[in-house]
Amino acid sequence: MLTHADLSEKFNADEPRVDWHDETLWWVRQKRDHAAKQIPEWEELRELASVIKNNVLSNLSGYLVEFEKRATENGVTVHWASDAEEHNRILLQIIQQHGATSIVKSKSMLTEECHLNPFLAENGIDVVDTDLGERIVQLADEAPSHIVLPCIHWKKEEIGELFHQHLGTPKGNADPVLLTRAARAHLREKFLAAKVAITGANFAIAETGEFVVCTNEGNADMGAHLADVHIACMGIEKIIPERKHLGVFLRLLARSATGQPITTYSSHFNRPAHGQEMHIVLVDNGRSRQLGRSDFRNSLKCIRCAACFNTCPVYRRSGGHSYHTAIAGPIGSILAPNLDMRNYADLPFASTLCGSCTNVCPVKIDIHQQLYKWRQVLVNEGYVEPGKKMAIKSMAKVLSSPGIFRKAGRLGRWILRRLPFLTNNRWNPWFKQREMPEAPKQSFRDWYIRNKKSKQ
Amino acid sequence: MVTGLFIPCYIDQFYPEVAMHTMQLLEKYGCEVVYPLNQTCCGQPMANSGFEYLTEKSNELFTKNFSGLDYIVCPSGSCTLHIKEHLHSSKDETAAQKIRHNIYELSEFLTDILQVTELHASFNHRVGIHQSCHGLRGLMLSQMSELVATPFSKPVQLLKMVKGLEIVNLNRADECCGFGGTFCVTEEAVSVKMGKDRVEDHLRQQVEFITGVDMSCLMHMDGILKRMKSNVRVKHIAEILNSN
Repeated sequence: MLTHADLSEKFNADEPRVDWHDETLWWVRQKRDHAAKQIPEWEELRELASVIKNNVLSNLSGYLVEFEKRATENGVTVHWASDAEEHNRILLQIIQQHGATSIVKSKSMLTEECHLNPFLAENGIDVVDTDLGERIVQLADEAPSHIVLPCIHWKKEEIGELFHQHLGTPKGNADPVLLTRAARAHLREKFLAAKVAITGANFAIAETGEFVVCTNEGNADMGAHLADVHIACMGIEKIIPERKHLGVFLRLLARSATGQPITTYSSHFNRPAHGQEMHIVLVDNGRSRQLGRSDFRNSLKCIRCAACFNTCPVYRRSGGHSYHTAIAGPIGSILAPNLDMRNYADLPFASTLCGSCTNVCPVKIDIHQQLYKWRQVLVNEGYVEPGKKMAIKSMAKVLSSPGIFRKAGRLGRWILRRLPFLTNNRWNPWFKQREMPEAPKQSFRDWYIRNKKSKQ
Repeated sequence: MVTGLFIPCYIDQFYPEVAMHTMQLLEKYGCEVVYPLNQTCCGQPMANSGFEYLTEKSNELFTKNFSGLDYIVCPSGSCTLHIKEHLHSSKDETAAQKIRHNIYELSEFLTDILQVTELHASFNHRVGIHQSCHGLRGLMLSQMSELVATPFSKPVQLLKMVKGLEIVNLNRADECCGFGGTFCVTEEAVSVKMGKDRVEDHLRQQVEFITGVDMSCLMHMDGILKRMKSNVRVKHIAEILNSN
């Protein structure tokens, strides 16, 4: 299996493209900084959001039952799914009950996590992603590389070519206005034809039983209003206690994500319109297991703003697909091992532990501390290559024995000076693109004993 | 004031001059410097690789070497942070706790404990400062660019006392250089790309030197500068603060 290191090495084969990817996302980080600095109480707002979410996690079952009660009273059908498979099955059943074969879906990272699209396709259902970025990656038969900006790894010229092939736009035309209009016309047909619309949910309010969907394109609303059936899929951690808490999160979400004060649409869904059906699927899929891991439970505070992606110097230079999971970036690296330690054992190591992710997180998840803790868990559970284990064991031995450390140091420096070919070769990953440090004849300790200690 | 000098393993072996300047600086400001001869490593390389359970012996050794001192000073933000966050001892936890509390990175020791206001140093060069992440976001030696908070910087405060020194402004004030301990070899491609980008930011400002509080980040950037055949050199902050 290819690891993050393998995949990011491939990504780095095209350096100008890495520069473009890095600068594009850095620009989003700067927009976030600018938006945050317009709010003098920004840090208090983050703290408030964090404590509200802590309260939610400590009382999750109660809030969920309250939400179910209110939503049911509102005429919404509530479903519970313990895992991805059950989630997919519930959706298929609803879709088949209505005899739909073609449906529309607005952005929902949960459905990506559950691999809903391939499942529905296998069952003869045509799913169309209506978020423009998601539609682009769907046409290209790819997964999103970013949870807010799914096709951020695509250049407009490449999108022009893709649209030429799939939507018949003029060849060689990469004008964003023309391409957007073509996508709009194409999606309009899909919206009008769909009997069932799937959306995600950014927040669900226990007090009222309503849920809130945030988009910039209005595609969730278009889908939900036109279809006979609206199915909203949400992770159980999306719940918030009361409507008054929503303001805290709406102020943080878009500013953290793109630097906008608020998303263009923040749509509240309370009850089905006359003649329509509304369903909510509450999905666990490993979340209650993560809730039980005291070191990692607060990763469930995440509101999926992707600020940690945009600030991460590793993400910007390795691309979302190098994380080989639906949710990439720093937050994905602490969520994925909960789902599958073996497959995602590389992700907590795809970081320098620089800590920038933790500082931008609007709900104050200690992301870099959790990356460190996942490393310990993965090694303890045996998800580490035997070669690495042996190397670290010898290193630990050398670095904790003063006599061996001094002898090894002296030998190492002698080799660097006298036999540089032993280190300056293609088997040394340091030397591949960096010179080795110069090795002095004496260590500080040697100098200290000769010059200082003798004088005392 | 008896001050223990903790010299990280790779500085002892590869950058003895950084240790000498650190010691001289401390002596200049009246510290009685003690250098325990049996010191090795803080244990960070193992711990950050997921093998914290293998650091028990280095922890005990560290505790034995540095107990009973008023302060411990180290010319590395990263190693200091590791000790602060992870040093424990099954033999003498009281001593380990005292060490966690009394260990300081060099520049914060100069500004906060010795409260240095004058340096008598001069360095007539254009200098870029690399804000190493563990010193920045772990020890909070400077304000972090992500936060909405009042700016400050302990290393810059000291560098401003050096005659002739000109500090440049970077496009990205505190982005990681990509060293990251074993990350520099396990994720070689991204590590080098991060290092190249960091170095380029300094080169665009036409610096002559890149300085910082962590020699490990500087070693990584130095390796890249030398491969580029650049004349720009790295210098640990201790070398500049102690220059005449």
